Amino acid sequence: MKDKLYEYLLMLGDNSMILGHRLSELCGHGPSLETDIALTNISLDLFGQVRSYFQYAAELKGEATEDSIAFLRFDRDYRNVILVEQPNTDFAHVIGRQFLFDAFHLPLLEQLMKSNDEMIAAIAAKSIKESRYHLRFSSSWVKRLGDGTEESHNRMQEAINHLYPLVSELFRETETEKGMKELGIGADLELIKESFDEKVKTILSEATLEIPAVPSRQTNGKTGIHTEQMGFILAELQYMQRAYPNMQW
Amino acid sequence: MKIEDLEKKFQDRIDAGEKIEPKDWMPEKYRKTHIRQISQHAHSEIVGMLPEGNWVTRTPTLRRKVGLLAKVQDEAGHGLYLYSAAETLGISRDEMFRQLHTGKAKYSSIFNYPTMTWADIGTIGWLVDGAAIINQVMLTRTSFGPYARAMVRICKEESFHQRQGFEMILTLCNGTAIQKEMAQDALNRWWWPSLMMFGPRDEESPNTEQSVKWKIKRKTNDELRQQFIDITVEQAKVAGLTIPDPDLKWNEERGHHDFGAIDWSEFWRVVKGNGPLNKERLKARNDAWDNGEWVRDAAMAHSEKQAQKEELKKAV
Repeated sequence: MKDKLYEYLLMLGDNSMILGHRLSELCGHGPSLETDIALTNISLDLFGQVRSYFQYAAELKGEATEDSIAFLRFDRDYRNVILVEQPNTDFAHVIGRQFLFDAFHLPLLEQLMKSNDEMIAAIAAKSIKESRYHLRFSSSWVKRLGDGTEESHNRMQEAINHLYPLVSELFRETETEKGMKELGIGADLELIKESFDEKVKTILSEATLEIPAVPSRQTNGKTGIHTEQMGFILAELQYMQRAYPNMQW
Repeated sequence: MKIEDLEKKFQDRIDAGEKIEPKDWMPEKYRKTHIRQISQHAHSEIVGMLPEGNWVTRTPTLRRKVGLLAKVQDEAGHGLYLYSAAETLGISRDEMFRQLHTGKAKYSSIFNYPTMTWADIGTIGWLVDGAAIINQVMLTRTSFGPYARAMVRICKEESFHQRQGFEMILTLCNGTAIQKEMAQDALNRWWWPSLMMFGPRDEESPNTEQSVKWKIKRKTNDELRQQFIDITVEQAKVAGLTIPDPDLKWNEERGHHDFGAIDWSEFWRVVKGNGPLNKERLKARNDAWDNGEWVRDAAMAHSEKQAQKEELKKAV
């Protein structure tokens, strides 16, 4: 059970970490000062969550720290979904990726607040306020871009067309997720999906955008099968810990 | 009232320690000087995000990640209130950006140097924010109200950044030989550019006299530089680092440290756009602006559509 719980914490933490990393790449390069501040703020929230999950995971594992978990695993041991490792192609892709993740993340945290695991419940209770703001921010921008100019509409639709087929992975239950759900520790992905579908339908419709009728993609980030991007993300993320091992910073 | 009388009344107010507010009468030169200085200060915050942002994806620990993200975010916030303070003098943010992007407006030259190692991030906090605070504490009492008030808030955050930076350097100095060497190398590279942050020597600083009269400056460049050196020398001792100046020594008589000659030709080269990264910094700002144009246009178009919908609702 302990191993499964550890693995589950990695899934939760890695999603926040890799998305937070992608957002941090934009720091200082946003389309306006206000959006720059907002995206950095979301990244900061996500890394705060990562620390909570990994400190708990380190405690469970023993002989580990939040940093050894964050920076010293090999590529195949990261458990994030493929959606969050998608690059910052343009602002529409950044917003699309954020919105689809937030629409999943908020109902996930709502369930985790009721987790039988007190620590997870506490982390979720703290994170949910942040997640509510993230979803409000990303939804408002999906609407602005979707129902803005012709160019922004086209870009936003293109981003959704690219990102939406990656969403199915969020709801494809792994053994770990199944185990955690049965113990009342983890979330029921089917329930999250109902809320997710409803939210996405409403916001995209307000944004005059369409849910693309394209087949979902076979992705398995949750079991450690990543895109070719992941190695480069890790090369940056892990650089200091790899180049200067066993030091205090 | 004649212009001379207005100017006298204005100067009397400043001499009496009153704050000048945006709607008050002010000499045109006072307005222009403030637009130049406040926007230059705002640009420095925004361009200053770039050298530190360069390390955001590569921090050694999660704790440092959160600290650095928060710091860069604070700088964007400082940029925001400084641009707002300048806007009260009748210039738009877009116009200030245009001046930055075309190279007409300046920003602090220190940000044209590269952040090569992690120690540079600590050193920027320690030296660059340290130097900035010395300038800015003085500005909390400047005569222009919105600028002085923005400075009060900015100083609080900068002082936190400075302590955080010095703590990063102490951690390196108490670490392995490699880490200490990294810290020393960073100090060697940033020391002289940090001293240049206070601007040219007093005899070559044409703005000083007028600025003192308007309380934009309460101390001269050389006085501030000396204050910074005296403080920093002590901090370097605590860290066990050597300031890269063989002529640096305590002068009992003056009660200050004497220091070696600053290479002002380097200062002017960087100010004139030929520093190590001037072109790259401006390009990064221009790219962010150009790539963001369609986003800003969309936000504008959307808000116009929403307003029209509101109108229609009211009409019905």
